[in-house]
Amino acid sequence: MNKTWNNKAWFMVLPVLLLVAFNAVIPLMTVVNYSVQETFGNNLFFFEGVKWFREVLHSERFHDSLLRQFFFTGTILAIEIPLGVIIALAMPRSGIWVPVCLVLMALPLLVPWNVVGAMWNIFALPDIGLMGYSINALGIDFNFTRQPVSAWFTVIVMDVWHWTSLVVLLAYAGLRSIPDAYYQAARIDSASRWAVFRYIQLPKMKRVLTIAVLLRFMDSFMIYTEPFVLTGGGPGNTTTILSIDLVKAALGEFNLGIAAAMSIIYFLMTLLVCWVFYSAMMRGEDE
Amino acid sequence: MARIEFDRIRHAYMANPRSEADYALKELSMTWEDGGAYALLGPSGCGKTTLLNIISGLVHPSGGNIRFDGTDVTALSTEARNIAQVFQFPVIYDTMTVRQNLEFPLRNRGVASGEIARRVDDTLRIIDLADKADRPARRLTADEKQKISLGRGLVRSDVNAILFDEPLTVIDPHMKWQLRSKLKQLHQRFAFTMIYVTHDQTEALTFADKVVVMYEGEVVQTGTPDELFRKPRHTFVGYFIGSPGMNVLPCEAFGTTATIGGHKVRLPAGAPKGATALEIGIRPEFITLTGDKRKGIPVTVRRVEDIGRFRIVHADLDGRPIAATLPEGSEIPAEPRAVLDPANVNLYADSWLVEGGRGP
Repeated sequence: MNKTWNNKAWFMVLPVLLLVAFNAVIPLMTVVNYSVQETFGNNLFFFEGVKWFREVLHSERFHDSLLRQFFFTGTILAIEIPLGVIIALAMPRSGIWVPVCLVLMALPLLVPWNVVGAMWNIFALPDIGLMGYSINALGIDFNFTRQPVSAWFTVIVMDVWHWTSLVVLLAYAGLRSIPDAYYQAARIDSASRWAVFRYIQLPKMKRVLTIAVLLRFMDSFMIYTEPFVLTGGGPGNTTTILSIDLVKAALGEFNLGIAAAMSIIYFLMTLLVCWVFYSAMMRGEDE
Repeated sequence: MARIEFDRIRHAYMANPRSEADYALKELSMTWEDGGAYALLGPSGCGKTTLLNIISGLVHPSGGNIRFDGTDVTALSTEARNIAQVFQFPVIYDTMTVRQNLEFPLRNRGVASGEIARRVDDTLRIIDLADKADRPARRLTADEKQKISLGRGLVRSDVNAILFDEPLTVIDPHMKWQLRSKLKQLHQRFAFTMIYVTHDQTEALTFADKVVVMYEGEVVQTGTPDELFRKPRHTFVGYFIGSPGMNVLPCEAFGTTATIGGHKVRLPAGAPKGATALEIGIRPEFITLTGDKRKGIPVTVRRVEDIGRFRIVHADLDGRPIAATLPEGSEIPAEPRAVLDPANVNLYADSWLVEGGRGP
């Protein structure tokens, strides 16, 4: 076969290349650049090799915030995914209540993140906030600005309130796509409610739930605004998750090298977890 | 297997049906004999699926009673009716193997595991999937998936009837033929009561002993394929069955003579009094063309289609299109005249057949 070699087509790729360069490659490379250098100001940099990486990986502070991060992400996933599926199952399949439910569900998703933080901050205040006051009125000592347990409780409840809707909407879309014939066949086969869920609904929701877990994992792993506004990482460092720690290192302490190394480790971890999870879920799927 | 009786069954999907037109299924009394192979034929939206779902209990009729072997089951749920149903699109349990799919309905009914294994092995052999028993069901082809659907019905040896809702829609043409012969073979071997919904007349006529033709929520005729061909009870049956369909020509009639465009045609039955629209129906197969000026009605030939075994002549008779089939190789006369075989001319009053010798 005769092939015509014509390299003009490369010019067509140029705009994309520029776009990707400016919105991804160059910023990322800046961070990579910082992560291997040291500076004492005046825009003077010295090459340091992998020193910052070694330091970050051995720092107890990083270990602690990473642990907190995994605890936070694990907890909210363990609550939001099952809760989202349960709510989606309880939602009506047709009729005038469908749009009502959908709008109600979508509401929390429309609130800006810093507003969510501020809202819950006031809501949970023990003296004037409705939730804080009510819990105290029940005889439970609750003060999220002073007690680590209360602070964690508030952060997690806030995230569940804000993001369960996303799981609900995805799961509901998955449920709605199941043809009626499946439910009819299940009735003909005398399947129990549980069997219908286990063998029809859950397998049919697998793809959307995979997306839901991935989205919630990435978002919760990178979450910053809401906990920052709510607790600011406190009391002490008890709710200082990775992103808050990172901003403290970069902008609070101006440790550019450490912060850059942290960013890269952080980024690679997110990427790795998503990739492992996705390939595990998609293994054995139809080609 | 059971004899299924409909006693004045009717169904409307809306809560308060006002007129006859609101009913998806108009009042119907009929009997589906035990061991019969029925095809339910009709265009989309004529109420076929509604009728099927009433039998399986997925739809509860707005009125009337349904009996299995004389027992009233109108109020019973689908689970309690013990019916098998194969749907238009293959329904399989994705996460299970072929074997597990077949075991599923038995497990749900609490059958002992030894019995399950025995029956599932039998069924796998019957549906020719024994060699694929432990493959994940979702990896199979569409026709194999339909066999699994069928197998889940067969495995319950005591089902009252097996219902098919256009089961060959998504199957490749050559597999359609195989699957259809498989069904026919199963029917001959086990004598199930089978009801098969389709809008494909070939499928219906080859599958069934009795064909039930539906039109706008009504059963217009039940009969053997031959009866449907020779004596369509409604002009719709005439159009719908046969290719090309029956010719329907408006006429005037007096006694047993009809007049079409000034030409007289002998009728097998007398025209009833008071009918507003009279038509004669004749199959293209029963029209011959002749050049003999003393016979028939003059026609103008428009187009001739060669189908292979015969030719279809499209012509105008008194300004109305008709079709006639001619044997292969026969000549079309220069000034053709259509001769209608008097034994196969049917008279229709308001679209319904006027039965031989007596008015309605």
